[in-house]
Amino acid sequence: MSTVTHAPAVPRSSAFKRFFTAREIPVAGALIALIVVTYIINPRFLSPQSTKDLMLNATIMVILAVAQALVIITRNVDLSVGAILGLAAFGTGTVFDMFPSIPLVLIFVIGMIFGGLLGSINGMLVTSAKVPALVITLGTLYIFRGVLSSWAGSKQYFSGDNPKAFGNLSVDTLVGIPIITIIAVVITVAVAMFMSSVRSGRDLYAIGSDPDAARLFGIPVGGRVLSAFIACGALTGLAGVLYASRYNSVGALTGSGIELDVVAAVVVGGVAIFGGSGTVAGAAIGAVLLSTITGALTATRVDKFWQQAIVGVLILAAIIIDRVVSLRRARKLRVNEAKNV
Amino acid sequence: MATAVETAPASQAARTPALSLRGASKTFGPVIALADGTIEILPGEIHALVGENGAGKSTLVKILAGVHSPDGGEFLIEGKPAHFRNVSESKAAGISVIYQEPTLFPDLTVAENIFIGRQPKGRAGLISRGEMRRRAAELFATLGVPIDPDRIADGLSIADQQIIEIAKAISLDANVLVMDEPTAALSGVEVERLFTVARALREKGAGILFISHRFEEVFGLSDRITVMRDGRYIQVHNTAEVTVPAIVKEMVGRELGELFPKQEAELGDVVLKVDDLNSVGTFSGIDFEIRAGEIVALSGLVGAGRTEVARAVFGIDPYDTGSVSIGGTALKARSPKAAIAAGIGFVPEDRRKQGLVLDLSVARNVTLTLRHSLVRWGIISGQRERAAAEDWSQRLQVKTGSQDLPVSTLSGGNQQKVVLAKWLATDPKLLIVDEPTRGIDVGTKAEVHRLLSDLAGRGIAILMISSELPEVLGMADRVLVMHEGRIAADLNRADATAELVMQAATGSTKELHLERTDEELSTELEAGE
Repeated sequence: MSTVTHAPAVPRSSAFKRFFTAREIPVAGALIALIVVTYIINPRFLSPQSTKDLMLNATIMVILAVAQALVIITRNVDLSVGAILGLAAFGTGTVFDMFPSIPLVLIFVIGMIFGGLLGSINGMLVTSAKVPALVITLGTLYIFRGVLSSWAGSKQYFSGDNPKAFGNLSVDTLVGIPIITIIAVVITVAVAMFMSSVRSGRDLYAIGSDPDAARLFGIPVGGRVLSAFIACGALTGLAGVLYASRYNSVGALTGSGIELDVVAAVVVGGVAIFGGSGTVAGAAIGAVLLSTITGALTATRVDKFWQQAIVGVLILAAIIIDRVVSLRRARKLRVNEAKNV
Repeated sequence: MATAVETAPASQAARTPALSLRGASKTFGPVIALADGTIEILPGEIHALVGENGAGKSTLVKILAGVHSPDGGEFLIEGKPAHFRNVSESKAAGISVIYQEPTLFPDLTVAENIFIGRQPKGRAGLISRGEMRRRAAELFATLGVPIDPDRIADGLSIADQQIIEIAKAISLDANVLVMDEPTAALSGVEVERLFTVARALREKGAGILFISHRFEEVFGLSDRITVMRDGRYIQVHNTAEVTVPAIVKEMVGRELGELFPKQEAELGDVVLKVDDLNSVGTFSGIDFEIRAGEIVALSGLVGAGRTEVARAVFGIDPYDTGSVSIGGTALKARSPKAAIAAGIGFVPEDRRKQGLVLDLSVARNVTLTLRHSLVRWGIISGQRERAAAEDWSQRLQVKTGSQDLPVSTLSGGNQQKVVLAKWLATDPKLLIVDEPTRGIDVGTKAEVHRLLSDLAGRGIAILMISSELPEVLGMADRVLVMHEGRIAADLNRADATAELVMQAATGSTKELHLERTDEELSTELEAGE
């Protein structure tokens, strides 16, 4: 071996290559393919009204998926989001009932604080109990839902009960895009920025990648995980408020079962269920994909019963692609290193 | 407080040790990991810490790093008492640690692994990836290694991972740099570069604690040497005033022969035959036989491919070409079930994770491999299970209050006996033991060795992977030394010496420009005998 002191040429992956090996690309590709194929079969799929509906339908899922991705990236999961969404949505109706002239900004603030409080309960239990988040949040899912059931009883709030300006958030558009969709996009961009370019955001990836190494490295694991749960709760609370704006009625059953759709969207979007990799942008695309499938199946007159099966296939496909890619990569590296020896 | 320390006059700082630990102790349940941890690191010195595996070096390192807090003793940083509650506090005090096992985040890029938690910031306080990449590339240039800062850490070789750990530690600009066996996986040139960097840091006034099993490195690099044995501080020497045999004697503290009694056993037929086994990138050209009653040690450095070979033989991992046969019959690849049926037992390195079900009772663990013979009408008979377990526990002298206690309550040595019992119950022809005495106290160690020797005496072939030279030399009839995935030496018991084994295992370290050559070291060793 030579003893040259200058640095050997460093192999660098090109920006081009990195772009196309990103985990979001297959999902984004699937989404585009879905839209194109559906449009060819039924051009009315992309009519202005239909496009607006597609966006409205995706909005709440996108926010929920972004929130959930924060938690899943840390190698945790929050299954209680369906109940948090329901509580926040019903809470919104209740607040409007009590203070009909409350400023709209305030209702969002209240919803986020409320959701954040519920998220902090999850976070504190997970970080102090050393029990998997799956079990903890399954428990709080039932507790929160129970609280909502006894609070709401058979009472429902209808969109007519809310101030008109509030409902208009889901009707009015800005350059063709519904206001609540713009809110979701802004949130996605902000959280994506945080996760990619702020130190504490990167810490979340490190924690999910190897919690023990993170501890050994001095990253405040407990605090960061707690914050992720609080952020997830707050964003879910916000989604709950938007839910009250978007849909006709909110009651004891609002948001039931949505937690699994959310986890599915996140996984399909390329976030590893064991944490450490994937992006919130991917999760958002996953959410758009899953909600668009429903619209696409309607537009192409495929039996709606197929929808869930297709979502299932997508989840499995996402996992298999991910696994195959990482196995290949590992194999290729081993072979390369063998050559270098 | 911290600022007061930093502003102390330089002349005074030169007198005060950068770090001093006296009489530190640490126990984990019944296990005494450290009885007397004592070390003093001056600014601008490279201080070597030597001792056998299990001497307490790593526990001492973890105390310095803030991972463990000591149960007792005195800990001073630049003359001021220190009580680290976590790793961040140790880091803030200027201590940077390179661990024996690299602890990288597999999903993050190399650059990010180096700078996690202190990534350079650019516009609007956001992380500047360009700057981070540039600094990482700079570090790699200093170290002279071609690693792409943008690739993710997953899949890097142990050597590259270790280099990233080193880059990380250097970039922290610490007052005290602790290196726990940083060279175990590195090649000669890489080691040399690391040493150049270490010397440069010493010039800048940093104190360096260097842990290594390689005497050439210890003597070539260090200014002082502290010796530990069985969790205790033994002695500190100026490197220039001490010889290798003197250090070895203090490390071992006893004659090798007494501790590792392998009795001569009649060698029988060939039990295991491994023929030109290859697995791309992991190992290649592995060729050896083991006879009944023979103990063959697989020696080499961490990452040389020893465990990988054993796992391939047992069918856990796949291999690309070659064959494995037991008693002349070819063994199906990738099938631990076939391996067990053919009479192979496998005692893994990490018994807590791979060898035992910690929450199950001692009896359940012992009889895990016996389930079929204990079944009556499709249900495991508890009575038979207990009877079988008691029989084996007695034969191996497992010390447990009751067969029904969870196996996690046992000491390390007794846990290892349970794993051995589990496999012995299957009446194996070949037993593969991976680091059989790691983390086991000295007394029980001898018992495990006696047991292995005993089994060989009864005609079982044993393949023993071990990183402890005295264990290898004392127990093995034959020593196979692996280096970078190949068998570098095949030594008979009579020919095997510590120097030969180490030479074969390190392969390229002869290229090192050290202050003493191998010949001189060997001469010193011989002079000591």
